[in-house]
Amino acid sequence: MTEPLLHVTGLTTELGDPTRPARVVDGLTLDIRPGETFALLGESGCGKSMTALSLMRLLPPSGRITAGSVQLGGTELLSLTEAEMRQVRGGRMAMIFQEPQTSLNPVLTVGTQIGEAVRLHQGETRQRLGAERAVELLRAVGIPDPEQRLNEYPHQLSGGMKQRVMIAMALAGDPRLLIADEPTTALDVTIQAQVLRLLKAVQSANGLAVLLITHDLGVVAETAERLAVMYAGQIVETAPVAEFFAQPLHPYSRHLLESLPDAGKRGRRLAVIPGRVPPLDTPFQGCRFVERCPAAIKRCRLEAPEWRAFSDERGVRCHLAELDAAGVSSRPVSDRTDSPTPEPLSPTSDPNSPPSDTPTETAQVPLLTMRGLQVHFPIHQGVLRRVVGHVRAVDGISLDLYAGRTLALVGESGCGKTTAGKGLLQLVPPTGGSVRYRGQELIGLSHRRLRPFRKDLQIVFQDPFASMNPRMLVGDILGEGLQALRLAPKRAERMRRVAELLELVGLDPESADRYPHEFSGGQRQRLCIARALAVEPRILVCDEPTSALDVSVQAQILNLLKDLQERLGLAYLFITHDLSVVSYLAHEVAVMYLGRVVEHGRVADVLDDPRHPYTRALLSAVPVVDPEQRRQIIRLEGDMPSPRHPPSGCHFHPRCPEAIEVCRHHYPVETRLGSTRRVCCHCVDVGVATQTNGDSKIRS
Amino acid sequence: MPLIPVVLWTDALVFLLLAVTALFAVWAARHEHLRAPWRRVVRSRIGVATLVVLSAYAVVGLLDTVHFRLKLDRADESGEVRYAPEVLSLLDLALSGLRERQEKTYSAPFATHLHAKEALDQPDGTVIRDYPRLQHGGAHLADPERDRAWDIAWRSLIGLVQGLILWALLAAGLVWWLARRHGQPFDAVRNRILKGQTQIPWRTALGTLGLVLVLAFVIGELALKYHVLGTDKVGEDVLYQALKSIRTGLLIGTLTTLIMLPAAILLGIMAGYFRGWIDDLIQYLYTTLNSIPGVLLIAATILMLQVYMSNHADEFASLVERADLRLLFLCLILGVTSWTGLCRLLRGEALKLREIDYVQAAQALGVGHFTIIARHILPNVMHIVLITLVLDFSGLVLAEAVLSYVNIGVDPTMNSWGNMINSARLELARDPIVWWSLAAAFLFMFTLVLAANLFADVVRDAFDPRLRGV
Ligand SMILES: Nc1ncnc2c1ncn2[C@@H]1O[C@H](COP(=O)(O)OP(=O)(O)OP(=O)(O)O)[C@@H](O)[C@H]1O
Ligand code: SF4
Ligand code: SF4
Ligand SMILES: [Mg+2]
Repeated sequence: MTEPLLHVTGLTTELGDPTRPARVVDGLTLDIRPGETFALLGESGCGKSMTALSLMRLLPPSGRITAGSVQLGGTELLSLTEAEMRQVRGGRMAMIFQEPQTSLNPVLTVGTQIGEAVRLHQGETRQRLGAERAVELLRAVGIPDPEQRLNEYPHQLSGGMKQRVMIAMALAGDPRLLIADEPTTALDVTIQAQVLRLLKAVQSANGLAVLLITHDLGVVAETAERLAVMYAGQIVETAPVAEFFAQPLHPYSRHLLESLPDAGKRGRRLAVIPGRVPPLDTPFQGCRFVERCPAAIKRCRLEAPEWRAFSDERGVRCHLAELDAAGVSSRPVSDRTDSPTPEPLSPTSDPNSPPSDTPTETAQVPLLTMRGLQVHFPIHQGVLRRVVGHVRAVDGISLDLYAGRTLALVGESGCGKTTAGKGLLQLVPPTGGSVRYRGQELIGLSHRRLRPFRKDLQIVFQDPFASMNPRMLVGDILGEGLQALRLAPKRAERMRRVAELLELVGLDPESADRYPHEFSGGQRQRLCIARALAVEPRILVCDEPTSALDVSVQAQILNLLKDLQERLGLAYLFITHDLSVVSYLAHEVAVMYLGRVVEHGRVADVLDDPRHPYTRALLSAVPVVDPEQRRQIIRLEGDMPSPRHPPSGCHFHPRCPEAIEVCRHHYPVETRLGSTRRVCCHCVDVGVATQTNGDSKIRS
Repeated sequence: MPLIPVVLWTDALVFLLLAVTALFAVWAARHEHLRAPWRRVVRSRIGVATLVVLSAYAVVGLLDTVHFRLKLDRADESGEVRYAPEVLSLLDLALSGLRERQEKTYSAPFATHLHAKEALDQPDGTVIRDYPRLQHGGAHLADPERDRAWDIAWRSLIGLVQGLILWALLAAGLVWWLARRHGQPFDAVRNRILKGQTQIPWRTALGTLGLVLVLAFVIGELALKYHVLGTDKVGEDVLYQALKSIRTGLLIGTLTTLIMLPAAILLGIMAGYFRGWIDDLIQYLYTTLNSIPGVLLIAATILMLQVYMSNHADEFASLVERADLRLLFLCLILGVTSWTGLCRLLRGEALKLREIDYVQAAQALGVGHFTIIARHILPNVMHIVLITLVLDFSGLVLAEAVLSYVNIGVDPTMNSWGNMINSARLELARDPIVWWSLAAAFLFMFTLVLAANLFADVVRDAFDPRLRGV
C-alpha cells in the first residue's frame, strides 16, 4: 500500500456560539492516496463543504477546528501559520467550488485572474511568462482559442467554461491534491460529462489526487475509486466504489441507493428515508441516524456506534455491522429494506398499484394541445431602446397533454423548457402558435378572461425556497388561489380546505399557522404542490420540482406526484433535466434543444432507442450507477449556442457528430416513426426505427 | 376655556405620522418577520442607547408641537373672551422662564454681565463705560466674582440629586414591571440587569436614561438663574432657541420622508412590476427630476413662496402660521427632490421580485395585479423603505442647516439650527468672539445626527437580509 497523500484523523470542526456549538464535522478520519479520486458523498447540510473548508483552513469567522490532525505529504497543516498555509493553498492543495459564477471576479479578465494565480505560486514575476503559462493552462483544460479568451471577462463565458477556468486556476500551482466541492452540480449533463472527463484527464496527466465532494451517486460511480458516506458530520461508511454499489453496508447508504429513481422501479414506489438530518447543535446520545433508520434496534438509541473497519478499505459505523461477526459477507437487514418501506406520508391506499403504463391514449382526446408555440423575447438596445433582435426561447413546439398521463420535457438549461411551461400557462405572453385547452384558445386572452382557466392549469416551481412569500403564513399561501378565484371566499371555509390539502400532501394540518422558513426543502415542495392543487387543476406543470432536493427527499416528492396522478387523474407536464426521473415517472418524453423539440415519443422507446443524435448524446452523458447500463459517452463539443443567434440549418449541427452537408442549410422536417414517435433529423433511418418501435411495443 | 388649541399644518402632519407609526407598530407586532428585526434592534446596546437619546429629542419636539393660544386675563369692554394673538406650544409654556428672561444683547454662558460695554450711571452721578450687570442672569448674586462658582456648583448638585431621584424611581418602576411580567422576584431581576444579563440591554438603556435625566435636571436648575448657553444679539436665551430648534430639525427629517414616501413606493413598484410604457414614463420622470439641481429647485420654490407671502400678508393670521407654511413647503420640495433615490431602488427590487416564483405562482392562480403588489411585493420591499428612511433622516437634518445658511431654508423668524448658524456667521467676526450660538447649534445637531446615524446602522444591520446572512 502506498503512503497516503492526505492523512486526516479525528478532525472536528465547530461552528457558531461556543456555548452551544454546532459540530459540523465530528471526528472525521480518512486517507487519500496519490493519484486516486476519493469521493465524499452526503446529503445537503451533512458537513461536506465544511470538511473541505476545514482541510483548506478557510472556515467562516464563526468556525474553528477543535481537534484532529490533517497531514498533507507528511506536513501537519493545522499547526502551520497563516502565511505558511497560504503557500499550501493553491500550491500543494487547491480547491474548486460549486458556483463558477461567484468564484471568479467579474471585473477582471480571465487572463489577469489566471496570471495572478500563476504568479502567486510560481514566483514568476514577469508578466509575459505568466501569460504564456495561462494560455498553456487554458489549453490544458480544453478551452478553444485560449489567447483570445485571456482578454475576456467571466460574464462572456458559459458556466462550463467558467468551471474550466476555475480548474485551470487550481492547476496553476501544480497541486498534489485537488478538492472539488460539487464541481458539476451547477452544470448541465453534457457539460458535466465534459468537466468530469477533463478532471480525469488532468488527474492522470499530473498524477494528482482528487477529493470529490458530491451528492450525486452517478457521478461517484463513474469517476471515483473510493468513497466515504457522510451523515450528520460523521463518516458512516467507507468503501471502494464498486463494492459499495454492489453491497452497501450502512442502512443509510442502502436507502440512498434504494431511493434513486430509474426505469426498473417504475411500477413501484421509491424507498424514502423519513424525517430529516438532525440539527447538529444538539448533543447526540445514540446513533445519529436512529430516528430515520428502519433497522434500528434498542441499543442504537442508547449507545453511539463505534467505527468498525473490516479492512483497509472498508469500514462502517453501525451496531448491526458490529454485531455481525462475519463482517462484510452478510447483509443483516437486507430483507427489510427490500420490501417497500412503510410510507407514513402516503395518502394512497395501495402502494403497489399496477403501473399505469398501459397505453390508453388511443381512446383519449388530449386535454390540452399546443401547436407551434413561440415565445420570442425582444432584445432592446441603445438609448431609444429599439428592438434589435429576438431571443427565440421557444421556437415552435407542439405537445399534447392527456389526463392521467405525464409528458416529460427534457433538455439542458437554457433550451427553453421553463419558458415553454410558462408560455403554456400564459405567464409569459407567447408570440405565436396556439394553446388550446379543451378546444378553447388561451393565447391572447386578457388577464380577466383567463381567470376561469387559471383554475385548471397550475404550476410547481423548481426552487422551493423562492416559491413561497416568506412574509405570509402557510395557510394564506395555500388559500390564495381559493380566494383569488372566489372558490372559497369565506375564510373559515378556506382554512378547512387548506387543512385537507395539507393532509393530502402528507403534512400536519397545524402547519397552516407557520411561516415557510420553518419547513425543509422537501416539505416546502409539498406545500407548493398543495398550493397548486388547491384550485383542483386538471393540468400541473412541474418545473424541475425535485432538482433542488436531496435524493431521499426527491423520492418523497416523486411518490407523492405519482399518487396524486393516480387518484386525481392529473395531467403532468414534467420539466426536468434528470433522465432517471423521466424513466421512472413519465409516459411520454419530448427532448428539447434550443427552443425546439427534436425528439418526441414514449419513454421506453426514446430512452431505450434514442434516434436523434442529441438525445443519444444526452443519454450517454448521464452518469449511471450500474456499470452494466453505462454507455459509451458520445463526446459533445462546445456549449449550447445562444438562442439569440441559432445556427443555420439544424440547430444542432455545430455539435452533432453525425452532421452531413444538408444539415448546415436546412432545418430537418419532422419524421414520424410509428404512431407516437417524432424525430427531427436528416439522418434518421425510418425503416429501422419503425421496426424497433414495433419491437418495443410488443415488449411493453 | 383658558385656551384654544391651534393646529398648524405641520402639527396635523405630525399627528398623522404618529398615527401611521402606531398602526405600523401594531401591525408589526403581529407579524413575526417584522417583529424579529426590531427585536434585534432593541437587543443591541447601541440600539437602545440611541433610542433613549432620540426619544429625549422626540419628547421635546412633541411638546413643541401642541400649539394653542392662551386666554387673555382681561376680557375687553364688550365682555367677550379674548385670546392672545401669540401662538404658544407646551414647550414654550414649560420654558416660559427662559423665554421671558430677556437681556439687552449678547452675554456669554453663565455670565453675570453683558458682553458689551455700556455707559453706566453711577450712584454718584458720574458715567463710566463698563459691562453692566444682567437683568436676569445671576441677578440674585450679591457679589458675582466671589459667589458665582459656588452657586453654580451648589445648583448643579441640587439638579444632580433631583435627576438621580427621578431616575431611581423610574428604574425601580421598570424593574418592578419586568419582575411582574416574568414572574420573578424583584431582587433577581435587579441583579440580572446590573450584571447585564438581560436580553434587552436594560443596563445600557437605564445608564443612558440616567445621563439624559441628570443632564436635563442640572441644566434646568441652572437655567432658572443663569443663561446656560448665553444670550444672542437681542438678548434671547440661546438654550431656549436651541431647544425650540429641535422641532424644526425633527420635522424636516421626518415629514419630508412622509411626504415623499407614497410617491416613491407607488411609482417605484409600479415601474418595476408593470414594466413597459409605465416603466418608461416613470423612469423619464425621475431621470428628468434628478437632472435638475435640487438646490435650484428649492431656491426657486422658496423665493416664489416668499413673494406670494409678502403679497398676501393678510391671509396669515400670525407669524407662526406663516413660518409654519414655509416649513411645510420646504419639506414638500425636499421630498420632491429626494424621492427619486428610493424610487429607483424600489423599481429595481420590484423588477427582481416580479420574476420570483411566488409572484409567478400568484399570477398563475389568477390573483389581481394590485393584490399581488400589496401582498407579495410591498411587504418584501419594506425593509428597503425602512432602511432608507432612517438613513435619510440625518441627511435631511443637515440639509436644513445648509439651506437656512444660504437663506432658502426655513423662515428667519423660526427657530432652527440653520438660522442659528446663519446669524453666528457675523458673530464670529466680532471681537471678542461670540461663539456660543454656533456651539449650541452644533452641539444639539451633532448629538441628534450622531444618534440617528448610529441608530440607522443598527436598523440596517437588523433588516438587511444580506447582512444577516439568511
Ligand atoms: N457560515 C455558517 N454559519 C453557521 N452554520 C453553517 C454555516 N455554513 C454552514 N453551516 C451549517 O453547517 C452544516 C454543514 O454545512 P455544509 O455546507 O458543509 O453542508 P453540505 O453537505 O456541503 O451541504 P450542500 O450539499 O447543501 O452544500 C449545515 O448544518 C449548515 O447549516
Ligand atoms: S446503529 Fe442502529 S440506528 Fe444507527 S444506522 Fe445502525 S442500525 Fe440504524
Ligand atoms: S439533422 Fe444533421 S445536424 Fe441535425 S441532428 Fe440530424 S444529423 Fe445532426
Ligand atoms: Mg455544500
